[in-house]
Amino acid sequence: MTKHTLSVLVENTPGILARIAALFSRRGFNIDSLAVGVTEHPEISRITIVVNVESLPLEQVTKQLNKLVNVLKIVELEPGSAVQRELVLVKVRADNETRSQIVEIVQLFRAKTVDVSPEAVTIEATGSSDKLEAMLKMLEPFGIKELVQSGTIAIGRGARSITDRSLRALDRTA
Amino acid sequence: MPMTEQATGAHHPQPRTRSGGQRPTAVETDVTGAQSLIRSLEEVGADTVFGIPGGAILPAYDPMMDSSKVRHVLVRHEQGAGHAATGYAQATGKVGVCIATSGPGATNLVTPIADAHMDSVPMVAITGQVASAAIGTDAFQEADICGITMPITKHNFLVTDPAEIPRTIAEAFHIAASGRPGPVLVDIAKDALQKKTTFSWPPQTDLPGYRPVTKPHAKQIREAAKLITGAKRPVLYVGGGVMKARATAELKVLAELTGAPVTTTLMALGSFPDSHPQHVGMPGMHGSVTAVTALQKADLIVALGARFDDRVTGKLDSFAPYAKIVHADIDPAEIGKNRAADVPIVGDAREVIADLVVAVQAEHDEGRTGDYRDWWDSLNRWRETYPLGYDQPEDGSLSPQQVIERIGELAPENTVYAAGVGQHQMWAAHYIGYEKPATWLNSGGAGTMGYAVPAAMGAKAGRPDATVWAIDGDGCFQMTNQELVTCALNNIPVKIAIINNGALGMVRQWQTLFYNQRYSNTVLHSGPAVAGAEPPQEAPRGTRVPDFVKLAEAMGCVGLRCEDPDQLDAVIEKANAINDRPVVVDFIVHEDAMVWPMVAAGTSNDEVMAARGVRPDFGDNEED
Repeated sequence: MTKHTLSVLVENTPGILARIAALFSRRGFNIDSLAVGVTEHPEISRITIVVNVESLPLEQVTKQLNKLVNVLKIVELEPGSAVQRELVLVKVRADNETRSQIVEIVQLFRAKTVDVSPEAVTIEATGSSDKLEAMLKMLEPFGIKELVQSGTIAIGRGARSITDRSLRALDRTA
Repeated sequence: MPMTEQATGAHHPQPRTRSGGQRPTAVETDVTGAQSLIRSLEEVGADTVFGIPGGAILPAYDPMMDSSKVRHVLVRHEQGAGHAATGYAQATGKVGVCIATSGPGATNLVTPIADAHMDSVPMVAITGQVASAAIGTDAFQEADICGITMPITKHNFLVTDPAEIPRTIAEAFHIAASGRPGPVLVDIAKDALQKKTTFSWPPQTDLPGYRPVTKPHAKQIREAAKLITGAKRPVLYVGGGVMKARATAELKVLAELTGAPVTTTLMALGSFPDSHPQHVGMPGMHGSVTAVTALQKADLIVALGARFDDRVTGKLDSFAPYAKIVHADIDPAEIGKNRAADVPIVGDAREVIADLVVAVQAEHDEGRTGDYRDWWDSLNRWRETYPLGYDQPEDGSLSPQQVIERIGELAPENTVYAAGVGQHQMWAAHYIGYEKPATWLNSGGAGTMGYAVPAAMGAKAGRPDATVWAIDGDGCFQMTNQELVTCALNNIPVKIAIINNGALGMVRQWQTLFYNQRYSNTVLHSGPAVAGAEPPQEAPRGTRVPDFVKLAEAMGCVGLRCEDPDQLDAVIEKANAINDRPVVVDFIVHEDAMVWPMVAAGTSNDEVMAARGVRPDFGDNEED
């Protein structure tokens, strides 16, 4: 199976996230990661979904998603032509002996220290999932006390915008 | 043959443009949300609705009483309202409407909504919801019906602002009826019905994410036409989409132009005349040997508004192994879902078929016509060798197939049939001839037992001039017969044939074939023996518990019984002659009759059995 990143533009209406999540589960697809937020147009939200499926079932799930009345547009973002980012906040065990080593790792990965206490350091890092995985691997020996991770968000490279035309569709009916 | 005007010309009447820019034709200020709802229903043309009031929907029922345009039929159970709406929609082609209150009222609609969803029936369900401030508090009679029906509706709405009512109703009807039809639920909070608002029609609708494609792609149509004229063994596999698109006239033209055999699915019976020489029967688990085998041996299947359901294909990976597939459907998600399509066509069946007619004619004009003579030789041989048929019971009891066949033969023209689910449904599919669309209503995808009585009620309410016969089983009948009270009190004179074998017949058939004749919990006319108790007095066949004749009379219907083949025609004719009241006929039939042909579940359609122990012999090299 392969990972696919779908950008789904939806009308910003109550219950839309439930509709999408329920569709995936009832059609037997697992969501690897999911992130939701409004776009530059407040009436449109963008849901980034990472799924692990073959291309035929992906086509089916995309078609089923398109049938949802509040879904405006679905674009699959190819890894080569899109920027993908995740955010992690991780609380690592730290004492006077290890703190400087941890800070060194933070700098190596261009992450940030956002909170320090006598027993722990909290680190904020963004990047591709590979980069974050590598950083977490380096931090693991110190002891990870708590980890929180966002879903992947992604945007296509170049000047083209996937929201342009969807907005025009909204304008026409308004 | 010359194409009829209907076949070549007109497209669907275009839905009125609902977006902005036009002047409202009706504005009423200082009305309640409830009045706005009823006015909206009047404007969308809902002439008949089925429902039951209750607390949360109560405000809507007050202005309903004053409406001269909307007839409300007070049913006895919300499930009856839902199936009646479906029956109304299937018989008239219009959107069916059912209404229920919040909580249990709404959840009682769940089965008919799921049923309508599986069979793509245009339906709008309107439910009351607790007041918006109480939503989410586990209030009395609160249920999250939008959440519950999310997977079984085409779309649903929760309305908490009375100003949204006209727009929501307009959008609900538009979504239900357009594209691939389906059920839409509108849940309206009680305070939204009570508050004052302004009713304005037509409302501005806002559905930027809903744009069904109806016009097929010309290149795909040409590809399909080439395959049709190039094929040696084509089959037109016709599904319910052709009925929904009102494309039956176009279908006949296409069929006769190409000369290809036609098979109509359970959902499409009547879309192509059963009596037509090119009709080879119904496909699938209980399809005709000819139709099942035609698909298995075909080199081209042209699927029109059909969805390769497992009941049609049998074991999918051995279905139609030699066939290229042209798959036309208005729902893009159906294409390639179960079977990969060589030529996918997204579009409305009527436009697709009309365009195919033109494209095939163009092929013919260039001298490319299909030569299907060898194919027809095979098809005709199968038809002659394995016709549908049944044996008369040896003990002189009634044959269920004969009962159904005679009902069909003695019924007046344009009779509408509604079936329940089970053996009687399959026999009704086999032994009644369907010549016209919208004369066969049944629960195909969901297989909802109890569908027949309320669906027949809805059909009769929508088409009062047509005779409506429900072909029901005794199991099905005991699930929803309460709606006969509704029929009796509301001048909806339906006719109900109970094909009474005293058992859950289809389940019993499977127990006979696959469970060593151990009839676990399928006998309906007697219970388990109780030690020390006298068993109820048995009539020659069964206990007569319940006594359907008395039950019918108790509900204000005429009750008749028939158990003697000699009386069969006389009883049917008596039932046909009664048109002022509902009639129930209790046909006591032989309990061991089985539905044949049959492809056992999970097996290949190559294993079709013409009758018990009779596996057709097609020879091994016929496809070469």
